[in-house]
This record gives sequence, C-alpha cells and structure tokens, in this order.
Amino acid sequence: MVEQPKTNSAALSPEEVMRYSRHIIMGQVGPQGQRKLRAAKVLVIGAGGLGGPVALYLALAGVGKIGICEFDSVDLSNLQRQILHQTADIGRPKLVSATEKIKAHNPHVEVVGHPMPITSDNAMEMIADYDIVVNGADNFATRYLVNDATYLSGKTLVDGAILLFDGQATVYKPGSGCYRCLYPDPPPPGLVPSCAEAGVLGAITGLVGSIQATEVFKQILGIGNPLVNRLLLIDALTMEFRTMKVRRDPSCPLCGDNPTVKELIDYDAFCGSPPLMMPDGTLAAAAH
Amino acid sequence: MPVTVNVTSVIQQAVNGQREFKADGGTIRELIDNIDRDYPGFAGRITDDKGEMLRFVNVYLNDEDVRYLGGKDTAIKDGDVISFLPALAGGN
Repeated sequence: MVEQPKTNSAALSPEEVMRYSRHIIMGQVGPQGQRKLRAAKVLVIGAGGLGGPVALYLALAGVGKIGICEFDSVDLSNLQRQILHQTADIGRPKLVSATEKIKAHNPHVEVVGHPMPITSDNAMEMIADYDIVVNGADNFATRYLVNDATYLSGKTLVDGAILLFDGQATVYKPGSGCYRCLYPDPPPPGLVPSCAEAGVLGAITGLVGSIQATEVFKQILGIGNPLVNRLLLIDALTMEFRTMKVRRDPSCPLCGDNPTVKELIDYDAFCGSPPLMMPDGTLAAAAH
Repeated sequence: MPVTVNVTSVIQQAVNGQREFKADGGTIRELIDNIDRDYPGFAGRITDDKGEMLRFVNVYLNDEDVRYLGGKDTAIKDGDVISFLPALAGGN
C-alpha cells in the first residue's frame, strides 16, 4: 500500500522525488511546486473526451485530490477518443473505469467519484471541496450551470470545448469575466450540434484536454501567463492557434455590475433542453 | 475593402464549407450583407429576425469582440480579419 501524504508541508518521499523528477528539476516547479500539486484539489466534470486526458495528466503530475463527476457508462462509440476507457470496459460505469486507470497510473493520488449529473441541487456542495473546476461537459445546460456554480463559489474554472476539427479553451477567474460574458445566451436546442450529431476528431480531445491540464498546473503553481481574458481557438485542419480577447461584461447577469443571477437556476429551462434528471431523482433518457 | 473572413465549425456549412475567404465591407453590417449575397442564409446564422446579432455567435474584429466596439456598425478596413465564432458545447 502506497502512503498518501496530503499536506503541502510534508516532505516528498523518495519515491515521489523519483516519480516527479522531471517536474521537480524545473525551477518553476521544484519540490515546493510539487508539494503544491500534491495539496491541490481539482474537480473534473466528465470522464469522456476532455475529462479523460485532463484527469489523466492531473494524476500523472501528482495532483493530490481529483474529483470526477460522471454518471454515464462506456459505449463502443466512445473508444475512438476517450483514452481512459478500453474495449473491455464497454458497459461499465465510466467512473469505475476512469478511477481504475488513474490509480494504475499513479496510486498516490486520491480519486473522488461523483456518480451523478451535476445539477443545481448538488453543484455548490460538490464544488465546495475543490480549488479548481475543469469543464468537460458536453451540453450547454451543464456549461452554464458549471460556470455559474464555479463563479458563485469563488473558484477558478478551466473551460474547454470541441466540435468537428475545432477546439476552444479559456480560464475564468471570478472578476475577470465568465462564460455568460463570452456567450450571453445559449443557442436554441438543435442549432449547434453535439459531437454525437456532427462528429469530432478524436485527437483534438487530447489537444484541448492537455491545454486544460496545463492551465490547471499553471494556476496551482502560480506561474506563466494563464488563459484568463483570452479564448484560445484551435483549428486542427490548418493547425492554427489564435487567441481572442475575453472581457468581463458589465451587463453580465452573473458577474456584471448589477447581477441578477445570485443563485443557481433551472438550466434545462434556460437552454430549452430536456432535463437530465427526472423529478424522482432518476436519470432521464436525455442523460445518455 | 477586402478583409479576411474566418468561420468556425457549424457556420462553415453556410459558406460552402470554407474556413477562410475574402469579402468586402466598410462595416460589420455591410460585410454580413455582402457575404449573405454570395451565400444566401449566412446572415441568418449571425443575426436574428430583427437583424440583431445572435448572443451565441461572437464576431471578432481581429482579436476584439465587436460587441465591445460598435457592434454591427463597427468599421473595418483592408487587411482586417473578421471571425465568426459560434458557441461550442462538445466535451465528450
């Protein structure tokens, strides 16, 4: 059984020093930075295309506590891109599959499973246990929910999205703008297709997920120039990376000068999308 | 004035699948109208029935969101890059 030191102050064990030596040797990380990673608590929404590489790289780097919110099961069509799941996992809960792979890669890290959709009822409590939230959601309702809950919790959100050959990534820190500042309203249902409807290049999930994980490390270590107030656009076909400015909108209903969204709302109604949860607490068909 | 137009993801369907092309216009409004003339239906991807810009599609003049400039009346000039960027929600 591997001992799991969790405090920032405890010295790194000889095994940890060896395991993380390629990080520790860098001046921007060092033993102190590695202890910061070990003490960090990060919640990943989803263990699929984006959440998979994010969670894996967080684990490899020794992020001490990794929460994963995931309720779905592994499907054959996931395996073109979702690196935490394998053929033998088809039909198994993604959370179980993801936890096994992560622990196999690095038994030092703690993986906390949240085997349910994130909802207005559970989001604030779920996020409260973490320092940073990473968004790997696959629908607009969850994206607005995670944005609002993260802002209202005073936490940092590392956001990413993919479709076809395109990727986006940015970081929202309270006071520097939010997803509602970038996109004030969601599109009507059906206007912007999902990856299941339009397709997605498998490898771009790794590209964007790695960028999200990198931004998490920078936040934890306090180094570099984060993707705050910048939206990174990736075009995999031309392999061009561009950044656009993201501004805090003074009229934003969440983080603007006169906010009207002061608590979580009904995001399925806001987005006009079918609910993920039934009134009795069971998963709706739309959840899958 | 020729500017470079970038379109992302689903909006490419409205311009024959192009990701980048040249177009003319002195303002964002004129640019959208001119593109719509060449590719009927394009404007409907960017604006609503009243001609207001949709709030889930961002338009950038170079790297700046035109909502923080002059909206559809934002002046554009030769050599500018105009990007039309719809919200994406994919993550799975």
